[in-house]
Amino acid sequence: MKEFNGPVLFLDRSDINTDEIIPARYLTEITREALKPHLFEDLDLPGFRPEKDIPGKKVIISRENFGCGSSREHAPWALEVNGLYTVLAPGFARIFRQNMFNCGLLAVDLSEEDCREIFQRFAGTEANCTIHFDSSTLEITSLENRLSLTFSLSKFERDLIQAGGWVDFADSRYEH
Amino acid sequence: MGKTIAEKIFDLHRVDTPAEGVEVLRIDTVFCHEITTPPAILDLIARGKDRVFDSHRIKAVIDHVSPAKDSKTALQGKVLRDWARRHQIKDFFDIGRNGVCHALFPEKGFVRPGNTIIMGDSHTCTHGAFGAFAAGVGTTDLEVGILKGVCSFHSPETIKINLTGDRGKGVYAKDVILAILGKIGTNGATGRVIEFTGAVIDAFTMEERMTVCNMAVEAGATSGICAPDMTTVTYLWPFIAEEFSSKEEALAAYRAFTADPDAEYAETVDLDVSSLEPLTTTGFKPDMVVPARELSGTKIDQVYIGSCTNGRIEDLRVVAQVIQGREVHPEVRAIVSPATPGVYGQALKEGLLEIFQSAGFCIMNPTCGACLGMSGGVLAEGETCASTTNRNFNGRMGKGGIIHLMSPATAAASAVTGHITTADAL
Ligand code: SF4
Repeated sequence: MKEFNGPVLFLDRSDINTDEIIPARYLTEITREALKPHLFEDLDLPGFRPEKDIPGKKVIISRENFGCGSSREHAPWALEVNGLYTVLAPGFARIFRQNMFNCGLLAVDLSEEDCREIFQRFAGTEANCTIHFDSSTLEITSLENRLSLTFSLSKFERDLIQAGGWVDFADSRYEH
Repeated sequence: MGKTIAEKIFDLHRVDTPAEGVEVLRIDTVFCHEITTPPAILDLIARGKDRVFDSHRIKAVIDHVSPAKDSKTALQGKVLRDWARRHQIKDFFDIGRNGVCHALFPEKGFVRPGNTIIMGDSHTCTHGAFGAFAAGVGTTDLEVGILKGVCSFHSPETIKINLTGDRGKGVYAKDVILAILGKIGTNGATGRVIEFTGAVIDAFTMEERMTVCNMAVEAGATSGICAPDMTTVTYLWPFIAEEFSSKEEALAAYRAFTADPDAEYAETVDLDVSSLEPLTTTGFKPDMVVPARELSGTKIDQVYIGSCTNGRIEDLRVVAQVIQGREVHPEVRAIVSPATPGVYGQALKEGLLEIFQSAGFCIMNPTCGACLGMSGGVLAEGETCASTTNRNFNGRMGKGGIIHLMSPATAAASAVTGHITTADAL
């Protein structure tokens, strides 16, 4: 299983689309590693500087409808090669969410109130996020603050996380 | 309760239901090309899983950019070629024997009624013309397909499109599917399977059915399907003659993949084609459909005849018929790419290539070429192309280029006049 915990990258905007996650001009790359420097290159978010803000972060917390746009799997790959394995948001585009689990990455649905509260209390600070799969709880902490929330995943989503994604899941589960 | 064709195919291929509404199917054949397969291959290598589930049930082709145009596309071809050799994939088609995947694979007899087929390509739905469930998939699904011969899908809902009436002269399968898109829109069948039925489909040749199924994805469909009938059996006969003692026997077996009379559809759409006229698109979505004559003032810079939609022999015959004894307009660049070496050879034999050549067409080798704007006819900014392909998305044939989708007949007539023209107006 991947390491889903760590420092948080706050992206305070709704509808961040797959083109903003990884611009279409990089789709001709045949290795995932090549996507690494281009994550969020075209993201329209005041004050955001990818080369400074991304390194070291493990968890993204964002607003509604994260990952909308095309069905390209390059979007979760671009997150993965940057070590960003977890995204928390109040709602994802359906295919993006499915692609995350297929890649063995974690997408957690937040309630809108929880999301608002998180941004209020933690945005702009150095925050950390810890996921406890056993108890389906997660914790966000900063120097002055601590917030604990519950989340839910289907059994299939847990299995995919556990296996490391659909490729490894299928390889262990089906004959051939 | 009766079942749709997709439900019957799902029932025969289901190996697992890992979550509610998620079904894992055994896949009969995995098709591969050089754009989407290399990332899957490289990821399998990185995971230490460089294996294939069955080298006989994987078919691969280099078709999108062939011959390679630069180092990047050369590498894409090389990754696929090396992998095919490493795993002894016998049905691998490289330059000289290659052609557009969705035209080549049916021509080789790789598709059977009731099959499940996946490929990392959205127009995989073309193969549904044979009564197969054929779907385009993403890289991870393709990887799992290559490795294990399975793929997961959401339980299929089917929408039935019933085509009735008499097609007028000059109205082709392409006009029929454009009319459908105009009616149901690019979201009209999202996540669903389309079953094409009715007298119009019954009368269609296999090539015409492929043209229609090819564009099912433009309505968002996972797959388009036509029930197998004697037309299907006759097309497949050279490949199945050993399996069955007669065509009737083959038909009886394939009838298993016909919908039950009481099958349940999410929706039924009726379309009478009697009043159809030649159509084309405007704008950047394939459902923005208008009668071609309404755009007759539109000047064009390029004509492209080819692709998995309309690059087959019947299409080239229509083009030849229209342009015979005429010439390509001096301000038009006309390109024809027969979709496969088989089509190319047949066109040569029938004298069609000579007609194209003397009319002023550039005859290209079989490849996707300009269809995806990577080679062989990329448009300059502001240029317009009359095209027999399936997508008019913004920038598809080159940044700033404009594409009007249409039948081979309308494209050929437009090549002659230099503006959008229906063949009967020549
Ligand atoms: S001809 Fe065009 S649509 Fe068909 S497979 Fe090639 S690129 Fe895709």
